[in-house]
Amino acid sequence: MARIIVVTSGKGGVGKTTTSAAVSMGLAKKGHKTAVIDFDVGLRNLDLIMGCERRVVYDFVNVINGEATLNQALIRDKHCDNLYILPASQTRDKDSLSLEGVGKILDELSKTFDYIVCDSPAGIEKGAHLAMYFADDAFVVTNPEVSSVRDSDRMLGLLASKSRRAELNEEPIKEYLILSRYSPDRVKLGEMLSVNDVQEILSLHLLGVTPESKSVLNASNSGTPVILDEKSDAGQAYADIVARYLGEEKPHRFIDEKKGLFGKLFGGK
Amino acid sequence: MNLLDYFRSSKISTAAVAKERLQILVAHERSSRNQPSYLPQLQKELLEVIKKYIHVDQEAISFNFEQDDHQETLELNIVLPDLSHKKN
Ligand SMILES: Nc1ncnc2c1ncn2[C@@H]1O[C@H](COP(=O)(O)OP(=O)(O)OP(=O)(O)O)[C@@H](O)[C@H]1O
Ligand SMILES: [Mg+2]
Repeated sequence: MARIIVVTSGKGGVGKTTTSAAVSMGLAKKGHKTAVIDFDVGLRNLDLIMGCERRVVYDFVNVINGEATLNQALIRDKHCDNLYILPASQTRDKDSLSLEGVGKILDELSKTFDYIVCDSPAGIEKGAHLAMYFADDAFVVTNPEVSSVRDSDRMLGLLASKSRRAELNEEPIKEYLILSRYSPDRVKLGEMLSVNDVQEILSLHLLGVTPESKSVLNASNSGTPVILDEKSDAGQAYADIVARYLGEEKPHRFIDEKKGLFGKLFGGK
Repeated sequence: MNLLDYFRSSKISTAAVAKERLQILVAHERSSRNQPSYLPQLQKELLEVIKKYIHVDQEAISFNFEQDDHQETLELNIVLPDLSHKKN
């Protein structure tokens, strides 16, 4: 039985796809057979971030409609044999997905995979609902910024009321916070909400903080999930996130500012 | 307090403002999320009844639904018109 993870946020552009790509790669590299599914029908992007855009033949909607088998549509990652990508359709609209169709695909994947990572589209409409409906765990990606925090809280409300687990009165979805695009320097200056602020407001278990980092753009430029850039801060942050999710103890990093000369002279400690 | 902190504290932190606004907003949105589905209709009908007897503005009436582990409270607050200012 696979564990189904939804990467969700409500607000757009906060780092869901970046996170889905990194986390699925991280899980696969740790030896777990992992599938990552792009639920952003009409706007597929995961294939680009994973660097497999030229190998897409069939997509999620083709499988739901019976036009291709799951095995035909799944793309094996070129860096890691344990990782498979199920791309979204670019031509259809979001109504091409149905709860029943998605459920059937997840059931089939569950038989052979350890983890299924669902990259949710932005918003709280149908696509986002389908991405989270069957989830066991939710990674709520949040930027330290008012509208993102508010939307994350709305998403928490939906996870607790509109998911399969909620409807069947099962144990609720486990919710984790990923605070993304964090700038310790700006937090120190009082310009940005701190980790503690966001945690206090959302009261979520913090899986990790990813720093605002140039390496993320570099990674997407070349189509390699940032976690493979092991020297980069963001890559290390995602590696920590995967390790913590799998139960390893890792102290949080990237939440204190790098001290420049001025800070060293005057900042104390 | 060191020199840098001194310069910092002379500015109002926008993050602190953001936090306070979010705390209020999120608390409010959470409580309205948990409220029973009949509440908006109940609210509307109660307003109509009240207006039959008392001349008050919409804003003079506030509803508050609260829920904790032990009980649910529906609080209805009506600010009555100030009689001393009445002209007739
Ligand atoms: N830690 C980071 N540092 C710098 N840039 C980042 C970071 N994380 C994400 N980004 C950038 O933010 C943008 C949005 O990221 P991404 O596509 O992952 O967000 P998303 O939540 O999937 O967006 P959408 O809601 O449109 O699906 C991208 O340009 C990405 O490179
Ligand atoms: Mg995305």
